[in-house]
Amino acid sequence: MSIEVESISKRFGDAVALDDVSLEVPSGSLTALLGPSGGGKSTLLRIIAGLDSADSGIVRIEGADLTNTPARSRGVGFCFQHYAPFRHLTVRRNVAFGLEIRHRPKAEIKARVDELLELVGLAHLGERYPSQLSGGQRQRMALARALAIEPKVLLLDEPFGALDAQVRTQLRLWLRDLHATLPVTTVLVTHDQEEAMEVADRLAIVNHGRLEQVGAPADMYDHPANEFVLTFLGSATRLGGQWVRPHDLVVHPVADGKPSATAVEGTVARVTHLGFEVKVDVDLADDEACWVQLSRGSAAELGLQAGQRVWVARADAADTPDHRHPILSA
Amino acid sequence: MKGSRWRLPLRYGVLAYLALLVVVPVGAVFYHAFSPGLGKAWDAFTTPDGLHALVLTLLVVAVAVPLNTVFGVGVSLILARQRFPGAWLLDALIDIPLAVSPVIIGLSLILVYGHTGWWGNWLAARGITVIFSVPGIIMASAAVSLPYVVREVLPVLQEIGTEQEQAARTLGAGPITVFRRITLPSIRRGLAYGVTLTTARVLGEFGAVSVVSGAIAGKTQTYTIFISQSIDNLEPQAAYVGAVVLCLAALIVLSLLTLTDRNRDAWHGKVAT
Repeated sequence: MSIEVESISKRFGDAVALDDVSLEVPSGSLTALLGPSGGGKSTLLRIIAGLDSADSGIVRIEGADLTNTPARSRGVGFCFQHYAPFRHLTVRRNVAFGLEIRHRPKAEIKARVDELLELVGLAHLGERYPSQLSGGQRQRMALARALAIEPKVLLLDEPFGALDAQVRTQLRLWLRDLHATLPVTTVLVTHDQEEAMEVADRLAIVNHGRLEQVGAPADMYDHPANEFVLTFLGSATRLGGQWVRPHDLVVHPVADGKPSATAVEGTVARVTHLGFEVKVDVDLADDEACWVQLSRGSAAELGLQAGQRVWVARADAADTPDHRHPILSA
Repeated sequence: MKGSRWRLPLRYGVLAYLALLVVVPVGAVFYHAFSPGLGKAWDAFTTPDGLHALVLTLLVVAVAVPLNTVFGVGVSLILARQRFPGAWLLDALIDIPLAVSPVIIGLSLILVYGHTGWWGNWLAARGITVIFSVPGIIMASAAVSLPYVVREVLPVLQEIGTEQEQAARTLGAGPITVFRRITLPSIRRGLAYGVTLTTARVLGEFGAVSVVSGAIAGKTQTYTIFISQSIDNLEPQAAYVGAVVLCLAALIVLSLLTLTDRNRDAWHGKVAT
């Protein structure tokens, strides 16, 4: 294990930021701490880096207990949400900082900085100042700066949070590629579930200062440990007292007969076209409601309209009986 | 401004105001200083009392300005980076020298450090004379010029925040390296401005110093007191030349500031287009 966090608790005054959190991050993995804002994930990251101290608990990096080691001696690369560029230094000197204060030979620093600037695609901007860079360029500079000290682990706090949507998507893919070429154990904090699933190979879901679940993204999507994880990792709706993913539901005209034992009858309340997908809200008996996510094609085939009586059934129950179980009993 | 009707009156109004209050009076001082001839001006400048007063003033600058620079940066760091009960009080105390008359600062120093003051006897028993002596002059000058560095540096520290310092720490920098390589370069411009204001204030201080110095010619006479007493002694030429010297000193300090500013322009620069 590259990072081991054991029973970390942290309070800010009366507010509990972290409540007995334990987490292991395997070497070489790219783990996302995912959860709503204010859930404690950034605090956990800062405690791993030594920028905040925990009230209790232990932090180990590569087996060494670093709980009482100051940030500067932890060998951790940290990227801040707003990049924290050294504004009075050029891009090149920013990246060189960690090496300069270690008094490495000039030639070595130059070679290493050249290599890193090449890696992050800023080789031509070395003499610029941070104020002359775009947000995405600053982010990559901050990454190169953190990587320069050859950190044992790389910690990224909301790395894409301050970027516009297009740049964010590019940088996600870029980070994935970077991690493939340079497999430094990486932990990133994000509140964006899609971003976490796209970038990370492991997710750790943090909410209200507690760790809800840890695992591979696809695994957790299909087998969430609780309702919070289920609803946070994707859309969810309830049918017959059980949580289901709306894309696991199908709609049949009432005239076709009850398609499966668990099917429920209802009235289409609204059909919303969202490009490729179509969202169908269905009112069920007893004031219950659910919604179904259909592809454009299957929605067109059914010719659904508000007011129409339909059967709502689990797709797996109709097509491949008993193949899957309800993901979470309510 | 759209209404060009007001542009010219406004411009000349401002210029006239400046001329009436600053340019003409200062010009008159220069005129009177040099009108009897350069030789006479030089003689007036090189009187023993005048030179002694000038050296004393430079000594006071040399001690009080570094003291207030270190103190100012320290207090700014504390106020910007630490939370503690009574921080607001410290913040308010810093401004007292700006709010009260320098004469009051001088008087209060006498009440504490003078012969009959609280600590005067204790100090006198150890052979230390503060009031009517150089230490008192330095203390009075430091007291009146105390807020300037804090008021220039503190807002800069608050604006830059702590993230750059934290980043430097994660990269392996200890507290001294962080201060020297990150904090100090970030506040350099504000600090330079604060030091300039402090220096100008100490050079020109009169009220507080005249209360505590005793104004003994050749001993505890600073340059401003020398100028003032030259007028009283009906030696106006010495006063005019002294005034010119103080003006030049202030000009030198201001030019040094402009020079440091120009060097720092690059990273305050514009965002790339």
